[in-house]
Amino acid sequence: MKNPDREWLKKRLMNAAIIILAAFSLLLLRFVYLQIVEGDEYRRLSENNCIRLQSVPAPRGMIYDRNGTLLVDNIPSFDLKMVLQDAEPVDETIGKLAEFTEIALEELMERVDAGKKVSIYKPVVLKKNITRDQLAVVEAHGFDLPGVRVEIEPMRNYIYKKSAAHLIGYLGEVNSQEIENNIYPDVKSGDSIGRYGAERAFEHILHGKRGGKQIEVDASGRLVRVINTVEPIPGKNIFLTIDATLQQKTESIMEGQTGAVVAIDPSNGDVLAMVSSPSFDLNDFIGGISSEKWKALMSDPGKPMSNKAIQGEYPPASTYKIVTSIAALEEGASDIHTTYFCPGYYKYGNRTYRCWKKWGHGRVNIVSALEKSCDVYFYRSGEALGVDTLAKYANGCGLGKLTHIELANERSGLIPTAAWKKRRFGSSWQGGETLSIAIGQGFNLVTPLQMAMFIAAVGNNGTIYRPKILKFTQDYNGSLESRLETKNEILGGLPASKQTLKLVKEGLLNVVESEGGTAKRIRIEGIDIAGKTGTAQVFSLKKSDRDSNRKFDRHLRDHAWFVCYAPAQNPVIAVSVIIEHGEHGSTAAAPVASEVLRTWLQIKGMLPGVKGKTM
Amino acid sequence: MWVFFVFDRRLIENFDWGLMLITCLIGMVGLCVLYSAVNAGEPGGPMHLLFQKQMIWIAGSFAIVLLSLSIPYKLFDRGSFVAYIICVGLLVAVLLFGKYVAGSRRWLALGPLTMQPSELMKLSLIFVLASAYSGIISESGLAFKYLIKPALLLFFPFILIILQPDLGTALLLLFIATSMTLFVKVKRSVFFSCLIVAISAVPLAWMFVLKEYQKGRVLTFLDPDRDPLGSGYHIIQSKIAIGSGMLSGKGFLKGTQNALAFLPEHHTDFILSVLAEEWGLIGCCVLLFLYFMLLLWGLNIAYCCRDMFGSILAFGITIMIFWQIFINVGMVMGLMPVVGVPLPLISYGGSSVVTNMIGIGVLLNISMRRFVVV
Repeated sequence: MKNPDREWLKKRLMNAAIIILAAFSLLLLRFVYLQIVEGDEYRRLSENNCIRLQSVPAPRGMIYDRNGTLLVDNIPSFDLKMVLQDAEPVDETIGKLAEFTEIALEELMERVDAGKKVSIYKPVVLKKNITRDQLAVVEAHGFDLPGVRVEIEPMRNYIYKKSAAHLIGYLGEVNSQEIENNIYPDVKSGDSIGRYGAERAFEHILHGKRGGKQIEVDASGRLVRVINTVEPIPGKNIFLTIDATLQQKTESIMEGQTGAVVAIDPSNGDVLAMVSSPSFDLNDFIGGISSEKWKALMSDPGKPMSNKAIQGEYPPASTYKIVTSIAALEEGASDIHTTYFCPGYYKYGNRTYRCWKKWGHGRVNIVSALEKSCDVYFYRSGEALGVDTLAKYANGCGLGKLTHIELANERSGLIPTAAWKKRRFGSSWQGGETLSIAIGQGFNLVTPLQMAMFIAAVGNNGTIYRPKILKFTQDYNGSLESRLETKNEILGGLPASKQTLKLVKEGLLNVVESEGGTAKRIRIEGIDIAGKTGTAQVFSLKKSDRDSNRKFDRHLRDHAWFVCYAPAQNPVIAVSVIIEHGEHGSTAAAPVASEVLRTWLQIKGMLPGVKGKTM
Repeated sequence: MWVFFVFDRRLIENFDWGLMLITCLIGMVGLCVLYSAVNAGEPGGPMHLLFQKQMIWIAGSFAIVLLSLSIPYKLFDRGSFVAYIICVGLLVAVLLFGKYVAGSRRWLALGPLTMQPSELMKLSLIFVLASAYSGIISESGLAFKYLIKPALLLFFPFILIILQPDLGTALLLLFIATSMTLFVKVKRSVFFSCLIVAISAVPLAWMFVLKEYQKGRVLTFLDPDRDPLGSGYHIIQSKIAIGSGMLSGKGFLKGTQNALAFLPEHHTDFILSVLAEEWGLIGCCVLLFLYFMLLLWGLNIAYCCRDMFGSILAFGITIMIFWQIFINVGMVMGLMPVVGVPLPLISYGGSSVVTNMIGIGVLLNISMRRFVVV
């Protein structure tokens, strides 16, 4: 090894200097090329400031039902835009524009002022979705309107207006905070994103990726040539699990009623129909809903904007007796041989708890108690079990917690425990309250969807599925279509043995199919239906008060419940129905459910004597 | 100024006024261009906040440089490793607590100030490599085993900066370290085997390591035309600005591309396009000439220095400035991918100003001690 001397160092530094000189010569040559050789062309381009970016919107994915019936598509919207830089003098141009199109001058100026704050080189949207007449007049006066252009943007079109509105949902313009926090990739100010329902839940699937163009324009903003283009990537299509025919039939049955219906496929958790009544017209939300329409929706006592299937929390009433039955059988408080005598009331402490049937059911066991909905049997079962054991089984059956449907703002309902009451009210649990809980009154609250998932699980012998609203997504890659099916998700099993379920299902079958059943009027020829009625007290009034009041005030009437599945042996559909202030489960809710069952069985070709369409 | 009294008389006599002059000239050009860039479209308005901040940064770092001249650069040899460890620590801190700006973490907030530790890392890597190579340098070139330590010294900051992610600065570190290694000379066999490994590693990584979306990013990075709405758009606007300057430019404060704010980074990474538009080819030649003088001056300091550490250090700092110039100028003219490398002493930005001023300070330090025999 020889230590380097100064000559060596000099040689290496000279080499470095030569390399640097070469690099700088390259840079200098490039300057000469750009500024001298191509200088004239660049000077021309710079004088007009004429290279612009133009955004090319990506069409949003379509929404279909499970069979491919189109529910939502896109139609062109002609949007009036203006590049302020090209529109000089702006005031004059705007004045002419207002005159030609008969759009209020103030409305246009408002948009222009907002646009000035962003950039005078980016197009400002003056009005979305102008009429054909306005389009024609703008095109005809193009020369007098520098900087003004009409761009075609895709716009949502909700084909069935009010149908499945809560499930499909609508779009709304993205706000500045969401843009700042970069919540939605590829979204620019002025874009719309899903705000409700499936449009919101599947935003990431439906939303495409914007493309764009580098364009050269002349001094008045007219296109000279396209320099470069990036094609937009359209959003993927989605197929919902609902059946449009079943959904629309259900909606027509519910017309005029307030309430909700959920139909589930018990074999996989698919939501076949989800109706919340009254509904609203999705098309009112395109391009922003008008404030009058919004006010009308918000002040409607039927609360059309709330999806009662997942947000409506109601006392489960007698439908809850299914939970009490499972708990009693599993805990050994009852078996098939346990019988109680029902004289029409049950004395507990110094209070008398009434059965709904004034003169009593006589001697009942678990099966006949379910069939006849005997309150006394379940008072005594509840008394034996206690509130916390009941709550444990209710939670096990999927009540009091979210079903995790992919829709926003689902409510979890409420299953009370002694500890909950202490926390909430500071007082201890009273034994009598357990009796109310056991027949589904009191603090209990459930959503129609929770009850549908629960009754579906009873029907399929114990599997609790996560409710599913997305059947598959469809993607076009060139001309190739690829479908991605969503998976079924099992959340758990009912806390019930085979033997328990057999007895419970026998009771539920008798509700419809036996002579003493509470819903025997809804039978369908050739199909066994199993179900349970419920009548939820809205106000706990004394019996005498209630009878007199409810004749006059609709809002004091009871809510009507019915949950069911069919065919009883191997169900293809489970339904839960709530009719607000419908009074009796057997008269108001059960016929609705029966009609839904009949429609679905007909679609599936399972209705005897009727030829259905094949799936 | 009390600072000068602690110096040996000879140090003051040997003060490198030439380097000082070149630096001041470049700094003045920079302030002129920045004034135009930030006052675009509103001439005669109040002095822009960014311009004031840049003046404060330059004045502040100038004071630090003068103070640091009292420290003999020999002390940097011993202190280099400690500084290196601190900088690596700061890079880790950036990844953990850094400010998230536009998709990457590069900034660390220290009270009211924010700093970019990756900038300081450039300097401390040069120090620690100069220290490592000065002990092992030989005329016949380095054997493979001597390259392991420098490679590790590069590896840690390189990976930490890649993770931010800041590909531009990471590659700059790689270029600086490679240049310094080639400068101290490696054995011919070592050079070629490393070259072969590097060349063959690229396609292997491409085929087996990178995911599809990462490949897309790399391709866009290499070819901005793949992204005509993003960096491709910036490049075309930058080229229009430069080209439209032609021979003599449009004149001070008269640049139209600049005024219209077509370039989002026209006061930082794309500031050269403002200069080229307003001062034309003549202005560009003056700037390139000043830069070339600065670099030659740096190489001359490396030659005049009596000890190996000083020589390698001076070379390292010179080559750091060279790579920044080359990458930035190449980028704004569409010769190179768009990466965030600022133009030394011209671009707006505190961290960049401080780093380059400290670099110049070290060169001054080495230069004024060229006759001191230790």
